Amino acid sequence: MSEAMRTVKFKIYRFNPETDIKPSMKDYELTIPDNQDMMLLEAILRIKALDDSLAFRRSCREGVCGSDGMNINGRNGLACVTLLSSLKQPIELRPLPGLPVIRDLIVDMKAFFKQYEKVKPYLVNNDPLPAKERLQSPAERKKLDGLYECILCACCSTSCPSFWWNPEKFVGPAGLLQAYRFIADSRDTSKVERLEALADPFSVFRCRGVMNCVEVCPKGLNPTRAIGHIRSELLAEGN
Amino acid sequence: MTLATYTFDAIIIGAGGAGMRAALALAESGAQVALVSKVFPTRSHTVSAQGGITCALGNVHEDDWRWHMYDTVKGSDYIGDQDSIEYMCKVGPQVVYELEHMGLPFSRLDDGRIYQRPFGGQSKDFGGDQAARTCAAADRTGHALLHTLYQRNLAEKTNVFSEWFAVDLVKAADGLGFAGVIAINIESGETAFLHARAIIFATGGAGRIYQSTTNALINTGDGIGMALRAGLPVQDIEMWQFHPTGIAGAGVLVTEGCRGEGGYLINKNGERFMERYAPHAKDLASRDVVARAISLELRAGNGYDLNGVSCVKLKLDHLGADLINSRLPGIRELSLTFAGVDPIREPIPVVPTCHYMMGGIPTNRFGQVITVDSKGQDQVIEGLYAVGECACVSVHGANRLGGNSLLDLVVFGRAAGLDVKEKIRDLPLRSVGKAELDAAMSRLNRWDNNREGESVSQIRFEMQKAMQEDFGVFRTGEHMQEGLNKLVQLQERLKHAAFSDHSRVFNTSRIEALELDNLMATALATAHSALYRTESRGAHSREDFPKRDDANWLTHTVYYAQDHRMSRRAVNMKPLHVKPFEPKERVY
Amino acid sequence: MVRSATSLTGNGVRDWLWQRVSAVILAVYTVFIVGFIWITPQLDYVAWFQFFQGVGVKLFTLLAVLSLLVHAWVGMWTILTDYVKPAGLRLTLEILVIIALVLYFIAAIAIVWSV
Repeated sequence: MSEAMRTVKFKIYRFNPETDIKPSMKDYELTIPDNQDMMLLEAILRIKALDDSLAFRRSCREGVCGSDGMNINGRNGLACVTLLSSLKQPIELRPLPGLPVIRDLIVDMKAFFKQYEKVKPYLVNNDPLPAKERLQSPAERKKLDGLYECILCACCSTSCPSFWWNPEKFVGPAGLLQAYRFIADSRDTSKVERLEALADPFSVFRCRGVMNCVEVCPKGLNPTRAIGHIRSELLAEGN
Repeated sequence: MTLATYTFDAIIIGAGGAGMRAALALAESGAQVALVSKVFPTRSHTVSAQGGITCALGNVHEDDWRWHMYDTVKGSDYIGDQDSIEYMCKVGPQVVYELEHMGLPFSRLDDGRIYQRPFGGQSKDFGGDQAARTCAAADRTGHALLHTLYQRNLAEKTNVFSEWFAVDLVKAADGLGFAGVIAINIESGETAFLHARAIIFATGGAGRIYQSTTNALINTGDGIGMALRAGLPVQDIEMWQFHPTGIAGAGVLVTEGCRGEGGYLINKNGERFMERYAPHAKDLASRDVVARAISLELRAGNGYDLNGVSCVKLKLDHLGADLINSRLPGIRELSLTFAGVDPIREPIPVVPTCHYMMGGIPTNRFGQVITVDSKGQDQVIEGLYAVGECACVSVHGANRLGGNSLLDLVVFGRAAGLDVKEKIRDLPLRSVGKAELDAAMSRLNRWDNNREGESVSQIRFEMQKAMQEDFGVFRTGEHMQEGLNKLVQLQERLKHAAFSDHSRVFNTSRIEALELDNLMATALATAHSALYRTESRGAHSREDFPKRDDANWLTHTVYYAQDHRMSRRAVNMKPLHVKPFEPKERVY
Repeated sequence: MVRSATSLTGNGVRDWLWQRVSAVILAVYTVFIVGFIWITPQLDYVAWFQFFQGVGVKLFTLLAVLSLLVHAWVGMWTILTDYVKPAGLRLTLEILVIIALVLYFIAAIAIVWSV
């Protein structure tokens, strides 16, 4: 039985610092059964089986680890949860914008993680530890929904013009979402210090409300809203 | 070429739940610790765990860690080590409270305590009514746990070697124990010798030996491969858990928590068939039981046809949108993405899918790696530890209970960290010679020098196919022998395989080649061990030996890669404080 | 906390607040002027001259000019720190903007008080 097949066209950003002076776009074609759809990651894995020099990150292949963030037809997203059928051909793949490219679709995420670390993304509570769990009401816990689910894929921050212009000063949507995750946690006792650390003109206030972050977040989170909450808290604290 | 050397007190290979919990236990010791991970820590597979972490907090009903212990021993089909199981169940609540104190965003009960849900194989009062013992952060418990541990490690300023790949163990010059590992900095391609007094393996599972698996692409059994090549054994590696509910076609996991919240499985006649297979526990029977029931339904022609794939369905729509959105939001998202189905409206197509490796590197309850000497006696390897899925401590025996893997990670990650912390001053920094370093570098050198040969992806594909066909839910000697023959040939071909890209910077094809060695080692170990165990127990279900055989097989199997030698190791039936649980027939 | 010596207040909240307060003042001033134009039947030099002889109008105008300066400085500073990365060039441009704004202010005083 011969199945009807179709060809899917790709243009993929290629750069190997050892051999290339500048990056280029390389054309690829993949033949798959006509009636078969698949996730973009699966297609890239098949391309890699044909050309093993293509480099990209991947891990969970189900949208929870945040490895395979890339720029897909001009929009940041995770390859593993993007259906081929949703994309116009040729499918153009580039590394996430705004961060240095290490090779092909792999970017250097140091600047991104540095901003994440800057918000002290861990619970601070110096009260004596209870013998059991700290209590938190379902309503208090609900405030963390939409915040703790971040997978650090960097799709948001690398689509944010303010982060492009000031990656070392503006915390960026991902970092700010986590900043608010701890500000909003009823168990955290360092709200004042957290807000103080964000009160300068760059860390939060470079957000211009472009909302690219909300547009691209593969987990459907809303960093702009979190940033708005931080602003309100800062005003309320009178910093 | 001189090899760059970095020296530490301890190195931890793998930054999933177990590795990061071990790092935290060591953080306050003042010891120099390196946490080495081939992916950025929060990309580790722990992130995919959904349903929760099981321990007897007693937040929704009276509970007792001994009941949890009973369930775990029974779930293991009696080849779990009872000293380890006792330790895990007893310290479980304390370890979970620690996670809560670290900031893990657990779901909450109305009184503010940690939410607990029912999971498979859980009972009150030693086999009584269904218990609700699994602590959850919605259906993203692994994600919440992994991120919390990473965040804690940031606070403690743990030294993370992110995107470093461990290649092989380096033996000590004196022939006693190990001095460190060879590792590659993936970004630069440079190779280095990480020299340490203590080495903790936390490299996770190897589910990628199968074609269809819930496991991440990174689950390639790196610790298993390294241990086997270093002459160490693996234990009970024939025991592979098939999760009853992987999304048909995609392999993506759908948590048992769905059934804990009241969901159930149906066949194409709309029948809730688990009532026939497990009249008491029904859909919340142990995973091996449910996976076999589904396989039998499919075999009997009671499956739905989904583009040529036969499957059953997981029905959740009767639970209502509110419950699904609050308790199972991640499942809804995955189902919409990977099955195109909204569980609020219609059931999710599912099939049993390879999920978890119960076997692994044998250890005692402190995480210390054990080998068996010529007299059959356990021998501890000082300074070498294994924790988490790569280890076989063994708390899961022949079948793991849902929610026990996250518990295993943090309990034994912590235990190993504490043990190293205590002993670190007494553990020697063992010297190495050129011969030992050359031996550890030989595999990498072989790959780097192979310029022409068959592709890595082709061999990997055929290996996964062989495992899928011949070592699935139901096994027979005949098929397994065929499968083994295929694997032997594939391993021979692997020696002559090559990748074409020999550049250094972020060369992922080089890493994939090294990973395939580990997958192949794990697959071969599985095949030999599965053929060796001539009975059915837990997840190992042989049609040619359909009965459990306690007279001959109430034992761990032990496999060595040299000559593929098989032997046995006694199961620990001596808990530390409570009376042992004697084997009895396992019904749900 | 990112330090920035050249921002208006060195503090994001205050910068942000100043920008909004100045915007409100400018908005009110705009309504005020448009209202004057609206209700004045014959808008000629005499009408303007008389209007600006009032001390209140003078002060309000200067307040509006001051608000404009504050508003412009916060905005220009933000634009310059976004797009001009070489520190020397940025400082030069910032000084030019400040000089321009100060000159505007002096000019505004001179004009308003000449009435």
